[in-house]
Amino acid sequence: MAELTRLTMAQALDGLSKKDFTAVELTEAHVGAMEAVRPLNAYITETPDQALEMARASDARRAKGEAGPMDGLPIAVKDLFCTKGVATTAASRILEGFVPPYESTVTANLWRDGAVMLGKVNLDEFAMGSANITSHHGEVVSPWSPGAPGSWSRRIVPGGSSGGSAAVVAARAALGATGTDTGGSIRQPAGYTGIVGIKPTYGRCSRWGVVAYASSLDQAGPMTRTVEDAAIMLRSMCGFDPKDSTSVDMAVPDFRAALTGDIRGLRVGIPREYRVDGMPAEIEALWSRGVEWLKAAGAEPVEISLPHTKYALAAYYIVAPAEASSNLARYDGVRFGRRVEGGSLNELYENTRGEGFGKEVQRRILIGTYVLSAGYYDAYYLKAQKVRTRIKQDFDEAFRSCDVILTPTAPSTPFAIGDNSDDPVQMYLNDVFTVPVNLAGLPGMSVPAGLGGDGLPLGLQLIGRPFDEETLLRVGQAIETAANFTATPPFMA
Amino acid sequence: MSLDKATVAKIAHLARIKVPDDELEDLAGDLSRILSFVEQLNEVDTKDVAPMTSVAAQKLRRRKDEVTDGGYRDAVLSNGPETAEGFYVVPKVVE
Repeated sequence: MAELTRLTMAQALDGLSKKDFTAVELTEAHVGAMEAVRPLNAYITETPDQALEMARASDARRAKGEAGPMDGLPIAVKDLFCTKGVATTAASRILEGFVPPYESTVTANLWRDGAVMLGKVNLDEFAMGSANITSHHGEVVSPWSPGAPGSWSRRIVPGGSSGGSAAVVAARAALGATGTDTGGSIRQPAGYTGIVGIKPTYGRCSRWGVVAYASSLDQAGPMTRTVEDAAIMLRSMCGFDPKDSTSVDMAVPDFRAALTGDIRGLRVGIPREYRVDGMPAEIEALWSRGVEWLKAAGAEPVEISLPHTKYALAAYYIVAPAEASSNLARYDGVRFGRRVEGGSLNELYENTRGEGFGKEVQRRILIGTYVLSAGYYDAYYLKAQKVRTRIKQDFDEAFRSCDVILTPTAPSTPFAIGDNSDDPVQMYLNDVFTVPVNLAGLPGMSVPAGLGGDGLPLGLQLIGRPFDEETLLRVGQAIETAANFTATPPFMA
Repeated sequence: MSLDKATVAKIAHLARIKVPDDELEDLAGDLSRILSFVEQLNEVDTKDVAPMTSVAAQKLRRRKDEVTDGGYRDAVLSNGPETAEGFYVVPKVVE
C-alpha cells in the first residue's frame, strides 16, 4: 500500500479518524517501506514487531475514543535517543551491545501521544558530522542520488548528523523522524533532502535520555515532510521535564494553531554577513526568491547585521569539542558498551576508547581535551564563551528591528560521499549558517525551497526569537506555500 | 598554533585514547589545522564581555535534597561488560 506511505501526518490523522484505514494498516505499509529502503543504509535497527504491537494498541485507543495527538503515526527515531529494551548505538562501535533500561523523555512523550516506532536510524557517530559518513554502521545514501540503488551514478550524502532521519522521511519510509541539532544536524540534512526540520529553542525539548554531544548546544526536534507535520510532531516532543535541569518550565503551545497563513506586517531580517565568499549563485538566487515570496505575502524585508557571524564556527569548534571531551569520558569500557581488555585499568580505558571511537570523534575529544587543559583554558574556552556572548548580543540587537530572520540553510549544495572529507575544517564550513543559532540558543527551521541545477534540494532557514517557534512555523508555511516544492527523490519506498 | 607529535601523544594519554605511533603525525596535522582555524577568535574584542554560562535566560531550579528514585542496581549493571556479585569488574588497581 504505497499510497499510505505518501501521506502527510495531517492526512494520516484525518484518514485514521475517518476510519479510511487503521493504524495497523498504516504501520504495515511503513514496515514494507522500511524494508524497501534498505539500500540507503538508513535504518540501523528495525523494530517491526514492536511497531505492529504499538499500532494495535493505537487502534484500540482510537476505538475507545482515547486517541492522542499523534496516535497511530509511524515514525523513525535517531539512534541517539535511548529506547527502553532496544539497542541504542549513537552510531559508535563503543556502544556495541548497549540496550538502555530506560526511555528518553522525548521518545516517551511521542509514545504517550500515540506515535508508533518503526526503528532506529543512522547518524554520524555521536552526532559529530555534516554528511552522515562517520557512522560505525557505514554511510547513509540520500534517496536523491541520481539513478537507482545498485546503479547510482553519484552517491549523494543526506547531510548530517541526522542523515538517517532525513533519508527515511524523504524516501517515504517514515511519516517523520526525530533528529537532534548541535550545530545544524537537523536543519542541514533537512535542507539537503527536501524536507522540513526544526531545532527548537534551547530548553524546549528535554535532553534526558539523549546521548550527549555538547550539552549547552544539543536540542532535539522533528523532521517531517510539511510544516504542518512539524508543528504536530514538535508539540508532542516538547514539554517541561524535571529530569533535565535546563528544561524550561513553560506551557507548550498548540503549534498547529499558529499556522494562520497571515504574515502581513512581519519584519523579516536579511543578515548581510550571510553573503559569504564562494557561495554558489543558485543559493544566493534562491535566498532572493525567498525574500520576494515573503514580501508578496505581506511581510517587510529589513536588512540587518550580525557582525560576529564569521566567528561562530571557530567558537563552536572550541565549545562543542570541549563539552564533548567531558561528556564522552563516560565511555570507559567498564559500565556499558564495548570493552577492549588491557593489563591495567588505564590500558583498558585507552584500548577501549582507541578502538571504540572513530577518527572524527577522537579528533574532537582531543581538541576538547587540549583546549580545556591547564594553561589553555582561558585562551581557548573562556575566549570562545565570550565570543558566544557577542554572537547572542548580535541576535538580540537584530531582533529589535525584525521578527524573524531568513537565510539559506547551508552555503553549499548536497555533495557526493567522499567529497570534502580530506580536510576536517572544509567539512565544518557546511555549518556556517546553522551554528550561530545553536550558540545563541534560538529556534531555527529549514524549509525546502527549490532544486539546484544538479536536481538536488536546497533549503531556506528561518531563525526566531527565543520560544517563538510559532512565528517560525507561520513564516515557514508561507515559504512552503510559495515555493510549492513538489519534487520527490528518484528513489522512494 | 601547531602541535607536535609529543604534544598529541600527551593529549591522547590525558583523554585515555590509544593512538598508534604511526598515526600521531597525521593527527597532529589535523589538530593543528583546527587550532589555526579557531585562532581567528583573537580578532574579536571581548574586553568587558562576560563569558556565556547559559543560553536560556533562566536560573537553575532548586529542589529538595531527597532520594526520590533508585533501586535499579541490576538494571544498571545489566549493560556492564563484566560484572560479579553486584559490582563492575575491572583489572586490579591497587597492588
